[in-house]
Amino acid sequence: MAIATIPDGDIAIDVAHLTKSFNGRAVVRDLTMQVRKGLIYGFLGPNGSGKTTTLRMLCGLLTPDSGHGTCLGFDILTQAKEIKRHVGYMTQRFSLYADLSIRENLEFVARVHDLPDPRAAAKAAIDRLGLSNRADQLAGELSGGWKQRLALGACILPEPRLLLLDEPTAGVDPKARRDFWDEIHTLANEGLTVLVSTHYMDEAERCHEIAYIAYGDLLAVGTVDEVIAGAHLANWIVTGEGLAELARQLRTLPGVDMVAPFGASLHVVGRDAQKLDDATAELRASGAQVWARGEATLEDVFIDLMGRSKDNFA
Amino acid sequence: MSAQANARGRGFRASFLRWYAMFVKELIQLRRDRITFATMIFIPLAQLLLFGYAINTDPRNLPTAVLIQDDSPFVRTFLAAMRASKYFEVTYVAASEAELDHLLLSGKAQFGVQIPANFGRDLMRGERPAILIIADATDPSATSGAVSALQGLTASVFTRDLQGASASLNAKPAPFEVRVHRRYNPAGETRLNIVPGLMGTILTLTMLIFTALSVTREIERGTMESLLSMPINPVEIMLGKIAPYVLIGGLQMGLILGAAYWLFGVPVVGNLTMLIALSVLFIINNLSIGYTFSTIATNQLQAMQMSFFFFLPNLLLSGFMFPFRGMPDWAQVVGEILPLTHYLRIVRGVMLKGATFADLEWDVTAMTLFMLAAMAVAVARFRQTLD
Ligand SMILES: Nc1ncnc2c1ncn2[C@@H]1O[C@H](COP(=O)(O)OP(=O)(O)O)[C@@H](O)[C@H]1O
Ligand SMILES: [Mg+2]
Repeated sequence: MAIATIPDGDIAIDVAHLTKSFNGRAVVRDLTMQVRKGLIYGFLGPNGSGKTTTLRMLCGLLTPDSGHGTCLGFDILTQAKEIKRHVGYMTQRFSLYADLSIRENLEFVARVHDLPDPRAAAKAAIDRLGLSNRADQLAGELSGGWKQRLALGACILPEPRLLLLDEPTAGVDPKARRDFWDEIHTLANEGLTVLVSTHYMDEAERCHEIAYIAYGDLLAVGTVDEVIAGAHLANWIVTGEGLAELARQLRTLPGVDMVAPFGASLHVVGRDAQKLDDATAELRASGAQVWARGEATLEDVFIDLMGRSKDNFA
Repeated sequence: MSAQANARGRGFRASFLRWYAMFVKELIQLRRDRITFATMIFIPLAQLLLFGYAINTDPRNLPTAVLIQDDSPFVRTFLAAMRASKYFEVTYVAASEAELDHLLLSGKAQFGVQIPANFGRDLMRGERPAILIIADATDPSATSGAVSALQGLTASVFTRDLQGASASLNAKPAPFEVRVHRRYNPAGETRLNIVPGLMGTILTLTMLIFTALSVTREIERGTMESLLSMPINPVEIMLGKIAPYVLIGGLQMGLILGAAYWLFGVPVVGNLTMLIALSVLFIINNLSIGYTFSTIATNQLQAMQMSFFFFLPNLLLSGFMFPFRGMPDWAQVVGEILPLTHYLRIVRGVMLKGATFADLEWDVTAMTLFMLAAMAVAVARFRQTLD
């Protein structure tokens, strides 16, 4: 039997200029990205921005219109078969068999992957996921959180080297969400590379690196700090009375790019610090509210990026 | 660990295991789906009993129109004897031949009985007059029993009326003649033809539908995305999805064969093992066709419609509905392509005529070719990506 050679590079995913259109509309445009092995890589972006489409191209479920690249060293255009053997893909929508029990679903996966002892492998996965007392429940009858756990369990059962998780925590309660992320970190510590799409900001902060995609364009990549620094956003945080009226006033000023209320405070953001300071000088001097310099948050950055992308798009 | 993982999934054994995974999965789903399962047992039984009995049993009390042109006492005796046979129910008394014809044409009467003028006189003179029985043989099995019962009447019906001086007329041959005209379908196929034919149509319809839904169902439920992201290929998926239904088809075949033998008294003159083997081939054939539809259709409704669309010519042009050799040339050409045509020849040949494999070689070849073609189309059509 031939044994495939996997190049011992540092890169798990290496794709360039991926483009995909549906019905003449580009859904992913010229996407280039690299994911280092052993990282948890967050893939962020608003709904409909092409996250799912990208993940599907990476695991051979969709053929890119143009572009090329490798996944675990296998060509995404010609070696889909090899990729499927080593990549665990967790779909956005639950896609295991609702009319099969947890055990039956896992045994199916184990058999398809030709594991030496499918029953034992399924049993081990059930124990690991803490699903022992539900093993014979039909998958379709599980709650959202348990479905997610099962889907993750099915993905890691064949011991893949790369996990592609598509919004794995959407619609799951916070406790289950945290457990899920703990599990992902454990897996990454064991050497697995994880690419996870999400639109929760707090989840982005739990990733080693992130990429932000909006309407088909990759807009930012790097660690969370790098992305924030790279955006060069100046930020004032305002507290006090009459914030609603102030927000309305601020939105009309040139140099103020974003005004967003956060609880009892108002975030005032500008892409150019000098312009922002000039524009707000008068209001700051009036003393009606308390103005303090703040750090831009990841959310500020994303909303700003999204706004810019939309401007370009229109 | 990684070398082991690399070696995994290759070779024939691995392929067999993936097929087995699919097979077990489908079998479990089949078992869970109570309604489908019940349908699979119930449809063939109901079809067989309904069709089988409706078409095959000797129907009694058939509506009969009489045209009496004679007034001798023999007429009443004859009509009473007809009624006593239980096959005939005199529901109309026609006044003219035209009216008699109309009653038959409109289907109000299944039989017309015409007793000619001077019947009694000619009978007494020993001139062997003829009673004309017109049978609507559109459905031959409906009339054949009645007609043969009638033939039996001629010898004995007038024994009591012909006593004393005319007693000599009781001697053979019978003192009068019954002339039967089978209208509309003079050939009159035997009822044994129908039960074996039903076996073919039932297996066609049920097998087609069950696999026609299998791929579209995975797409509609969204499970196709997971399935496609796993290392399993279209041939393994196809064979894994077809296999459980071969078992179901075998079960249906057993039910139908049993019913044919015990309920309808259809013999198996030829080799039973060969009949079963070729029936399994036919079952796989239909499953492959259904599966092919499943890969072409975009949803379950479409797949159903395609199945029915395919079933129709099978029903009409295979020789089940109409005698194959009686069909126009173009219909025979179309029929020759359809698997049911060949299966009907096989099943009728083996059950009724004791045909051997050599007699059926062409039919087996044609069926096999059709099956391989369907499988090839299915594998080619199977979309391995979501594009
Ligand atoms: N198979 C498809 N056919 C047509 N349009 C599609 C298809 N898949 C995705 N799209 C469109 O592409 C866009 C991006 O979708 P998707 O990749 O699912 O985004 P995300 O996962 O980021 O929400 C959406 O507008 C969606 O409607
Ligand atoms: Mg998505």
